[in-house]
Amino acid sequence: MAELTAPGTTVAPGRPTSRRPTGALLGVLPFFGYTAIFLLTPTLVVVIGAFLGDGNRPSLGNVTALTQPQVVSAFVNSVVLSAVTAVLGAVFGALLSYAVATGRPGGTLRRVMTALCGVLAQFGGVTLAFAFVATVGMQGFVTIWLQKIGVDLAGSTWLFEPTRGLVLVYTYFQIPLMLIVFLPAVEGLRPQWREAAETLGGSTWDYWRHVAGPILAPSFIGALLLLFTNAFSAYATAAALVSQGSPIIPLQIGGALSSEVLLGQENVGKAMALGMVVIVAVVMTLYAVLERRTTRWLGR
Amino acid sequence: MRLQATRRRRQAWFRRVVVGVVGLFFALPLVAMVEFTTRAPGGGRSLDTWTTLFDLSAVDRDYPELKTGLIASAGLAVLTVVIMLVLLVPTMTWVRLRLPGMRRTIEFICLLPLTIPAIVLVVGLAPVYAWVTYFLGESSIWLCFAYVVLVLPYAYRALDAGLSAIDVKTLAEAARSLGASWFTVMWKVILPNIRTAVLLAAFLSVALVLGEFTIASLLNRDNLQVAINLLGKRNASISIAVSFAALLIAFLVLFAMSFVGNGRRLRRVRRSKES
Repeated sequence: MAELTAPGTTVAPGRPTSRRPTGALLGVLPFFGYTAIFLLTPTLVVVIGAFLGDGNRPSLGNVTALTQPQVVSAFVNSVVLSAVTAVLGAVFGALLSYAVATGRPGGTLRRVMTALCGVLAQFGGVTLAFAFVATVGMQGFVTIWLQKIGVDLAGSTWLFEPTRGLVLVYTYFQIPLMLIVFLPAVEGLRPQWREAAETLGGSTWDYWRHVAGPILAPSFIGALLLLFTNAFSAYATAAALVSQGSPIIPLQIGGALSSEVLLGQENVGKAMALGMVVIVAVVMTLYAVLERRTTRWLGR
Repeated sequence: MRLQATRRRRQAWFRRVVVGVVGLFFALPLVAMVEFTTRAPGGGRSLDTWTTLFDLSAVDRDYPELKTGLIASAGLAVLTVVIMLVLLVPTMTWVRLRLPGMRRTIEFICLLPLTIPAIVLVVGLAPVYAWVTYFLGESSIWLCFAYVVLVLPYAYRALDAGLSAIDVKTLAEAARSLGASWFTVMWKVILPNIRTAVLLAAFLSVALVLGEFTIASLLNRDNLQVAINLLGKRNASISIAVSFAALLIAFLVLFAMSFVGNGRRLRRVRRSKES
């Protein structure tokens, strides 16, 4: 905090409004220095590295390497997995948010649900992977139970396939995230609006169709996009579950980073990372636009 | 009136059904974890896994990586929070006081990590950490630099809400005109006024750091999650038990936090009264 006293000496206490921009800029120097090293540099390493070939010469080789069949299928798997779990999470999470919002504010149900969802959505990762190993893994609780009624899950790689098991595990942390993101929007619905609709003779359907629906729509789609990027960027859960192959793109990048088997594959990893950033950036831009609209309507 | 009563009854049923169904889905893996960790080798129940876990000397002897990971994660949580606060609170206050034109830029930088997944960041961090290793050594504790970047968006939002709720400019000018140094302004005027926000930012950061796996794993460092993952390859029971314990502790902390959060509602009420 010493840096704050230095520029402060240029301003006499009696004249707090005087401006010395160069002096004032010193105060934000540590922040910019830090983010330059640990945020800007890594980003540039990825962006520039994606276009560097052998001997650090500019090349499009890494980007064209993205058209390899396993990379393409990993991208497709990732996008499908993220989209499916985002929709599932958004729908069930929205229902749950509304159910929790109708409860007493500050009640036990709401406290327990928000705390539980906070843990499951943000703390997840490896721990959730093990939770599902205990549930539907080879020796899992549900697996054994299902065997008794004649359904065999053990012996198949069911849990590790991006189109089946991973959808289940990802949905498990998407629903809680939806609650955290969407609950404030549902709580923003004023009871007066409902009463006004009823006074004017509107049915429940009319209320949802003409009042609550349109107000919640931007938040809902915004939350959906956030859920998509959340699933798309998730690495830990899949890394702890999948031991063979790299069916989704974060695992491909992790593989490219940790294996030094193929020389020159390192920069292909950067190209894949850049591809991920492009997809996330597009989705997040949409999200920012929607958020601005939501803020306007809900006055948050 | 009758309309409202019918609606309330319908809502109560809707609530019970939805919370029941989703709650069951949430609970199943958690119940499975308890069931899995209490299995006895020949069938039946036993608490062996849990007694091992609570026997510190046994953990130290049989699962040293768990102890290392836990210590590393605890240190990382503390250091990340400290660096985050030292970096953000003065900068954000300073920008509000003297460089209001720069607020958008700072906000953009702080929210940037949301668009850069950890798995992408780690690709770019590898060469940066080659330098960190060169200057500071290979200890896992230096992951804190990367973790500060990860927590930036969440910490920024929490602190920004806190600073928006108080009149930073008037407070700082009043203190300065009474002869306070900038350090005193920060430490004795600004910080006590935003302590709920600081607490929230700190808790979010701690939760994120304790749950982090991607960067630690791919930079070959140790932390709690890396340790749990390693254990899973050796002894499924113990790693599931540790996972369950971690989830439970995180839940209890967040549940306790929901009572602290009441302070925020009070402040919002106060703010709306002022305007």
